[in-house]
Amino acid sequence: MKGPAALEGTTRARPGAFGFLTDTTLCIGCKACEVACKQWNQLPMDDFGFTGMSYDNTGDLGATTWRHVAFIERISDREGRRPTTLAPFQSNWLMLSDVCKHCVHAGCMEACPTGAIIRTEFDTVVIQQDICNGCGYCVPACPFGVPALSPLDGKAHKCTLCYDRLKDGLEPACAKACPTDAIQFGPVHALMDRARARVSELRAQGVDARIYGDQALGGTGGIGGLNAFFILTAPPEVYNLPAKPELPQRRVLPAFFTTALAALALGIATLFSFRRVGRMHHG
Amino acid sequence: MPGLGARLGRGGATTTLASLADSDCIVIMGSNMAENHPVGFRFVVKARQRGATVIHVDPRFSRTSALADLYVPIRPGSDLVFLGALVNYVVNHERWQTDPFFREYVLHYTNASVIVSTDFRDTEDLAGVFSGYRAEQRRYDTASWHYAGQLHPVEGERWPCRPLVEPERDPTLQHPNCAFQLVKRHFARYTPELVEEVCGVPRELFLRVAETILANSGRERTTAFCYAVAWTQHTIGTQIISCCALLQLLLGNIGRPGGGILALRGHATIQGSTDIPTLFDLLPGYLKMPRAVPEHATLAGYFASERPATGLWYEMPKFLISLLKAWYGDAATPENDFGYSFLPKIGGDYSFQSILTMMEDGIIKGLFVMGMNPAVGGQNARLARRALANLDWLVVRDVHEIETASFWYDAPEVRNGEVRPQDIRTEVFFLPAAIAAEKDGTFTNTHRLVQWHDKAIDPPADARSEAHFVYHLGRRLKELYADDDSPAGQQIRALTWDYPTTGPHQEPDLMAVAREISGYRVADARPVAGFHELADDGSTACGCWIYAGIVTPEGEHRAKRRRGDERASLDWGFAWPANRRILYNRASADPQGRPWSERKKWIWWDPDQGRWVGYDVPDFPATKPPDYQPPPGAKGLDAHPGTAPFIMMLDGRGWLFVPHGLVDGPLPTHYEPWESPIPNLLYPTQPRSPVAPVFLRPDNPYHEIADPRYPYVITTYRLTEHHTAGGMSRWVPWLAELQPAGFVEISPELARELGIATGDWVVVETARGSAEARALVTERVQPLTIAGRAVHVIGMPWHFGFGGLATGGIANELAALIEDPNSLIHEAKSFTCTIRKGRLREGKAP
Repeated sequence: MKGPAALEGTTRARPGAFGFLTDTTLCIGCKACEVACKQWNQLPMDDFGFTGMSYDNTGDLGATTWRHVAFIERISDREGRRPTTLAPFQSNWLMLSDVCKHCVHAGCMEACPTGAIIRTEFDTVVIQQDICNGCGYCVPACPFGVPALSPLDGKAHKCTLCYDRLKDGLEPACAKACPTDAIQFGPVHALMDRARARVSELRAQGVDARIYGDQALGGTGGIGGLNAFFILTAPPEVYNLPAKPELPQRRVLPAFFTTALAALALGIATLFSFRRVGRMHHG
Repeated sequence: MPGLGARLGRGGATTTLASLADSDCIVIMGSNMAENHPVGFRFVVKARQRGATVIHVDPRFSRTSALADLYVPIRPGSDLVFLGALVNYVVNHERWQTDPFFREYVLHYTNASVIVSTDFRDTEDLAGVFSGYRAEQRRYDTASWHYAGQLHPVEGERWPCRPLVEPERDPTLQHPNCAFQLVKRHFARYTPELVEEVCGVPRELFLRVAETILANSGRERTTAFCYAVAWTQHTIGTQIISCCALLQLLLGNIGRPGGGILALRGHATIQGSTDIPTLFDLLPGYLKMPRAVPEHATLAGYFASERPATGLWYEMPKFLISLLKAWYGDAATPENDFGYSFLPKIGGDYSFQSILTMMEDGIIKGLFVMGMNPAVGGQNARLARRALANLDWLVVRDVHEIETASFWYDAPEVRNGEVRPQDIRTEVFFLPAAIAAEKDGTFTNTHRLVQWHDKAIDPPADARSEAHFVYHLGRRLKELYADDDSPAGQQIRALTWDYPTTGPHQEPDLMAVAREISGYRVADARPVAGFHELADDGSTACGCWIYAGIVTPEGEHRAKRRRGDERASLDWGFAWPANRRILYNRASADPQGRPWSERKKWIWWDPDQGRWVGYDVPDFPATKPPDYQPPPGAKGLDAHPGTAPFIMMLDGRGWLFVPHGLVDGPLPTHYEPWESPIPNLLYPTQPRSPVAPVFLRPDNPYHEIADPRYPYVITTYRLTEHHTAGGMSRWVPWLAELQPAGFVEISPELARELGIATGDWVVVETARGSAEARALVTERVQPLTIAGRAVHVIGMPWHFGFGGLATGGIANELAALIEDPNSLIHEAKSFTCTIRKGRLREGKAP
């Protein structure tokens, strides 16, 4: 078993897999990705209203929101002083364009009983709308809370990594719209090479940068890496991303044994109680 | 626009967005570039990736600040003190004084050595006003601001011009009245200590910025400044911008890659709408609109008062007469001054704010509104709506039913019963417009770059393009006036209006319009290759001389080109003038014509070819050698030596001291905003601009300086998610949901004082009106220590209104009509207000 350090910057993505590198250090929070996604995929507005959560009025990924820019204000330092000298690139007001991770081992796909969720020839994970029956098993099976049932048609929806555009040789709408190339689309292994180089460049400038979505962080727990991965400058919890995501399926076997063990223990306890009652009766 | 124009010659950005990637330091001030120019900001990110330092000076920590290396919080309205202190720092710094680069640049490329008349008195001598101030008229007589030296009348010209100016110079820059010494003395009190007092910027932080800028200027390195309307929208906006031009001249950053001043325009093709202006006081190509004064009564008189004897503007008759030929065709003849009498002559201020008051006062009876939403976007929006309600007729063309079209039944004062729709007599015509994708056309963006876009889809139903509307309106007017011999009828009949039309809706052919703008020979309609081919005898026609040559003699529209490269991208679109990308690029070479450095080479003199060569189109006569000296009495560009990069200027130099062209002074001076919480620490007896046009009327009250009823500074701004007054975004679901409601940003410190939490309703109030919004309490806003006490700043986006999907209180309800005297632009970036927790009308929706 390799340690986390050795797994840094590695992925079990299939050769030829395509994905996203979302580099938060270059992100200006313009939300062009959100709008381009909704326009290309013709998703309706959500209208959550004014949330008061910084400039984030979208809140979360959902059935009709497949890119979501999170805004995290970390302006003051520990002493409560507002900064003037800032770390290079994005800092202090963190913005992350979140998206479906298109996991190497995808919990949603494994949970889907109908076979509606498939792995495409680009190694992306797509819900086929004509097959999905809206059972919702994929919803809790995703460690990132990505797929969601739509109240409009009762089916599960999420990012398709613009499967229709990829078929036509176009990059996904969000990556196309991103003005600063914070969202980069390409072969996952090439993107991972780029991410490693970028992270070491950032670290050399004193930025606490890390990849989220390699086998060390984010792509853990049997997931094997995220085909849509990120460069972060703070721990993942800051961005509302799980620090140690796991495939829920990994819980099945331990859960089975725990249940069996519990049943055994209960049985033995019952047996014992009967014996004592019997003895008392005879006494 | 005049801020850059007065010192450099043209109001346009001196550089390109792409050239920012070559910068070593980028100062973004008066702009929230990442939010409002996100696409252009990619080049800032690129520069950062190449190691540049990014500095953001702004009252709020914005999405731009998040990407910066240095964030400098500043009090709104104090920018000029900061810039003036940079000037003072630079000219007194040892490196600046000893590095020969700065001396050579400033001596050859600026008017530093020119000696100014001893009649001139500085604000430092006269407690805050320059010599020539006429207090009763609130204006300057600028006679005393002139150069010492000789005037020579010019004889024997086909068209008259102003006398030749022959100034005295002191190349040692020691003469007490030379421009350089005047600048040095003028800014002597702009110290880091003053910056701390007035701007609220700690002196160490100011010094860090100053050191960084100077360290990144010189032979090997360049610093660029990016600004937007947060410099423009002040009563001293023009002078703030002009102070930046002064600083960049001193630092040798103009005309060089990665240097310059990027004027980030307010929105798409705003640059284009000043080039071919929607402004009342300009003709296309920055020719002055003739005024109703005796000097402008004839064409010769106009030239006698407007045409200089030296510099490119000497060619003015070629540009104006070609324009008259384009507009009036055969009706423009040498006998009738080429139809000069058909041009309207303006008699006053018809800027946006003035026409609002004229509408309210019943002077203006009808209004066309296209691509604008004054019911929400106008300063003192309540007054703006009253003005709209006092018209006979109002035509609104837009893609949604914006507030300017719906105010008569939907405005807050109608909803709450103060005004009844039946009492509004304005007849409102709402006409659906086509959006960019539904029509052909061009955009001229922030760096003068003209780009063509093809129509992707027909506009729906009755929606039509602006070109369609204006063309057919003009056609019908010509029919209406066909037999009218009044002056108005003659004007309309003389106009050429013969564009071919295409399609079922008879869309005018925009290529035909482009050919007219680009210019042609009258005899055979052959397009001209550039403005150098224009003539002053009526043999050429050209709708806008700075766009001349945009259609090639072969008939290709150069704005359609899309071949980019790593340098100037000369085959991507067309940049006026003559496809020059970095303006004044002669300054990218030293006086001898050699690149200042290998790292910063751009154009240079090739002695073998006998011409200027390099990556860009030279903004200079292509074959004028660096050692050219003008013969006595030379005129036009021949009067400039081979070392003079600023070809639009009289003397070919950037002006440190501006003898004419600015109405509020030859040197930038700090005055407080019209409404400020503190007095002017520099000039206690002169708190405000002495010449700012004021609108003294009961429906436009102003706050006093340090008015205790309005203790907070408010600044208004835009968000990435919305577009100006909302017409193109608040009705679009995908954009509306991203910022669905109006809000104000306040610091946790002020929120604690007033007991306000995020999400609470608050009411912001001024003497003009009130606006209700949700509170967003954030550390991104901070109180500043000004003159020893805390000054709170409130931020409020001005996008919102009562229509559409994303609604909110109207920020412009709070603002006053008040202007910069040069640009006649309002002051929306800094005024005073008060704020309270609660609703405007308790228990009711706004």
